[in-house]
Order: sequence, then C-alpha cells, then structure tokens
Amino acid sequence: MADVAKIIETKVEQYGKDRKALIPILQGIVAEKNYVAKCDMVEIARCLDISAADVYGTASFYSFIEDTEKGKYVIRVCRSITCEMKGKNKILKALEKELRIKLGETTHDKKFSLLETNCLGLCDVGPAMLVNNEPYTQLTPEMIPVIIREHRIKEN
Amino acid sequence: MSNTKLKKADIIFSSYSVAPYEILKLTMNKDKTEVINEILDSGLRGRGGAGFPTGLKWKFMASEQGEEKYIICNADEGEPGTFKDRKLLVEVPRKVISGMAIAAWTTNSKLGIIYLRAEYNYLIPALKKEIEVFDEYAEKFGLDFKVEIFSGAGAYVCGEETALIESMEGKRGEPRNKPPFPINSGYLGKPTLVNNVETFASVSMVCRYGSEKYKSYGTDDQHGSKLFSLSGDSPKEGVHELELGMKISDFVEEFGDGDTKAVQIGGVAGFCIPRKDFDKTIIGEGNTTGGATMIFNSTRSMYNVLHNYLEFFAEESCGQCTPCRVGTQQLLKGIEAVKAGDKPESYLDDLVKLSKTMKITSKCGLGQSVTNSFASIVKNYKEEMLY
Repeated sequence: MADVAKIIETKVEQYGKDRKALIPILQGIVAEKNYVAKCDMVEIARCLDISAADVYGTASFYSFIEDTEKGKYVIRVCRSITCEMKGKNKILKALEKELRIKLGETTHDKKFSLLETNCLGLCDVGPAMLVNNEPYTQLTPEMIPVIIREHRIKEN
Repeated sequence: MSNTKLKKADIIFSSYSVAPYEILKLTMNKDKTEVINEILDSGLRGRGGAGFPTGLKWKFMASEQGEEKYIICNADEGEPGTFKDRKLLVEVPRKVISGMAIAAWTTNSKLGIIYLRAEYNYLIPALKKEIEVFDEYAEKFGLDFKVEIFSGAGAYVCGEETALIESMEGKRGEPRNKPPFPINSGYLGKPTLVNNVETFASVSMVCRYGSEKYKSYGTDDQHGSKLFSLSGDSPKEGVHELELGMKISDFVEEFGDGDTKAVQIGGVAGFCIPRKDFDKTIIGEGNTTGGATMIFNSTRSMYNVLHNYLEFFAEESCGQCTPCRVGTQQLLKGIEAVKAGDKPESYLDDLVKLSKTMKITSKCGLGQSVTNSFASIVKNYKEEMLY
C-alpha cells in the first residue's frame, strides 16, 4: 500500500513546501493509487498549509486526477471528433462487453475503469485510447479482448 | 503578390546537424541583439495559434530585468485535431530544446520548463534522455540553463498561457486577466516567456538557415513553413509541413478523398469552411495558424460534428467566467432542442447571437472562439441542424 505521507514528503523536498508542489503531489498519489481520497486531500492541505477546499478545488479541476476510487488500469477512450468518426463507439461497446461494465464504472476486482476523454492527440491514428499512460491506436473491436487479457494476466 | 499554390516544405523535420546542438553553439558566437533581430526579421509568428510575432516577444523578454526569468515550452496541445507537437517531440526534440536554449541565452534566463500534457506522459522517458544530452553540451558551451518537464493533469484550457502558469503554480487552470502579460509577470510573478513547441523548433531553423532564406517560404503576410496536423476523411492523415498561404481547394485536391464536404481549419476553435468557399479561402491569411485541419466528406452529418464540438467546449470551459460557462452549455442544449423540434428554426439565429456575445464577453480564447465553428457550421449547414 502506498504511503501517502511518504509521497508528500518526497515531492515537498523536490518542489518546496508551497502551493506549486500541489499538482506533483496529487500526480504522485494518482500514480500509486490511481485516485486521491478525500482524507489524503486533507493530509496534503495540512502539509502545505492551505485549505482542504483549495486542494479539492484544484484536484477536481483536472481530468487526470481522479477523486473517486479507480481500477489499477484506467482506460481512457478518445471521444474527439475524428476518433468518433472512425468508430469510437464500437470500441467502447467492445470494451463494455469485455469488461462487463458500463462507461464510467470500475470492475469488481478493481482492475479496470472505463472512461472517455477529450482529444489524445492521436487523431491521425484513431480510434485511440490510453491504458494508464500507454497509448493504443488504430483500434478495432477485435483488438479489445486481446489488450484487456494482456492486462488481466499481468501480476495475477 | 501572394503565391497560393500548395508547396511542401522540409525544414522543421530536416535531419539534425552532425554535431549535437551545433546550431546553438554557432548562435552563441553571435551578438544576442543580433539574434533577436534575426528572428524578428524572419517574420516568424507563434505557432500555437494566436500568431504573435516571436521576435517581438523575445525582445520584450530580453529587456526585462531581474535574475529569475523562465522559458516555458507549451506542449499542452489539446485542440482536437492537433498532434504536430507530439510528432516534433518524438522526432526532433533536439530542435525544440535548441530553440528553448537560444531563447534562454538571448534573454538571460536560467530555467526552462516543458509543460507536457498528461495525455503525452509516455513521451517523458525519451525527452529526459534528450535533456541529459543537452545538459552535457550546455556545460561544454558554458550555458547556464536547465530544462525540466512539468506534467500537466488533463485540462484543455491550460494551453492558454496564463492558465498554464496558474496550473504550474498548483492552482486550478483558470486564465488570468491580461495585462499583466507573462513577459512582465508570469510564473511565480517573474518574467516568463511562453512559446509553442513548433515555435521553438522553428527558431532553431531560422538560426540554421538565416532569416532571408526562411522568409523566402510562405506568403508576404505569413512567412516560413507550418506543420499541419491532418485527420478525418483523408487518405493522407498525419503531419504535413507546408508553406503558408495555399487555397483550400488545392489543399483538398492534395489531401481529400475526392468527396470532401467541409474542411475545419484551426481545430474546433477554428473555422469550418464549406465546399463552396474552398476557392476563396487561403490558409494562413486572416485565419488561425494552429495547423489542425480536419476533412469531412459528404457522409458526415455536420450536426453530429457540431454536437461533438459543443460537448467538448462545455466540458472544457473552466467555469470561471459566466459567458463561456453558461454559453457553451446553452449552445449545446439549444441545437439539441432545435433538432428535436422543441424550438423553431429562428432559435438558431438566437444561438448564433449568443455565440457572438461570448466572443465579446469571454475572458480567454476558449469562450471567444466558440463562435468561429458554431456560426460557420450553423450558417452553412442549416438544413442539417433542423432535420
């Protein structure tokens, strides 16, 4: 289990004990736990000596900082216009079928979360998605079970 | 006399000089003011979309006093349809970092930060490697300049330079009032130069080829070459380097699939050009130069296209100012209501008026530019909005 206090400490050392360390701290926690819990936000606020509302306000502004529990692998499917034209909805359907969840949900084993996101900058090779930081391009519905299985096998 | 033929260029993606950071080294042998004047002479404009003359920005930055000054490379390209900066960072990161280093040297700045969008986190390892190479040569050349990477967290509006700075300071990415401009008071209240990835790469090419040669590309109004991110209904999707100033009809002939109905230039914040205007419109003259170009063929519903754009804007509006926060939502609801028959055709005109009000009253480019695509699509494809 990730030690949030430890992450805060490391980032404060690197960025200084002030507000500009906030986003790196949030990102550090997301990298470990895939989301930032409310109690962690209170802890961050205490360490940086700012209000917890400020921490929440900042965290909730950014789409790559989740504030509810997410799976180990967060899948973000690009919903921008060219990916949509190239069959984003079919990819989404295939993912929903393979993971047996709906868009926005997390699997029971807490392994996968399925989200949509705005332009990934992969318009020339769409439809595209990110699994955590890893891009997958020129997707077809047939590729989805293969990709998901690869991630299921990892660390099982 | 503008030449409006489509001409391909091979400047930005030309191969590296043999010795790493050779352009930087050669540039550092010159006089700092002379280098800034060279960039001013080249006519290079910011490649992010706003098109502010780069040399002028640098001149202001150079005249700022103080020890702490920052160079920021804006790699937060979030505009749907834009991916040229990704290609630059993957293929020629050295040119980008060279450009930043030249900026640092001419303006006496010591820290550079690449603001990389969260969606591009996978580029970090390779970029860090290149920064290591740079560090080695910077030391050799006696240049006191460090480059760091700041990873964004997923917000389109952070591509706006003051929102980007807010974000780096650990706040919500909400644009600031201007003035003061970042050049005077930017990151941590210090003078800050923010340029797009492509602008920095172009600077190193101006320094390599000289302003005279660089100026020979493009039109009288817009000099040099520009990267176009091309996607949509085209057999040639990808990044294309072209000289500025070509008719859309030539562009479509080269890149279309033979059935092109509309071309979106400048991303969703830009304009949608219908077929009947292909001959009249010249890319790079009086329109945005971000380079995101999407081609739609006649199988596409322009209602769906506009709906997708508006969903995007409604979600990415930062919510700070009312015209943009409420306006984007109302435009989206409005076209849905017209489509459903709950509102009459004349309601579309009201919506266009609303979008024009947003242009006048919104605080930053996001809210101000919604009307570009909204008005052009509603006006030219009214039937598709109704039925």
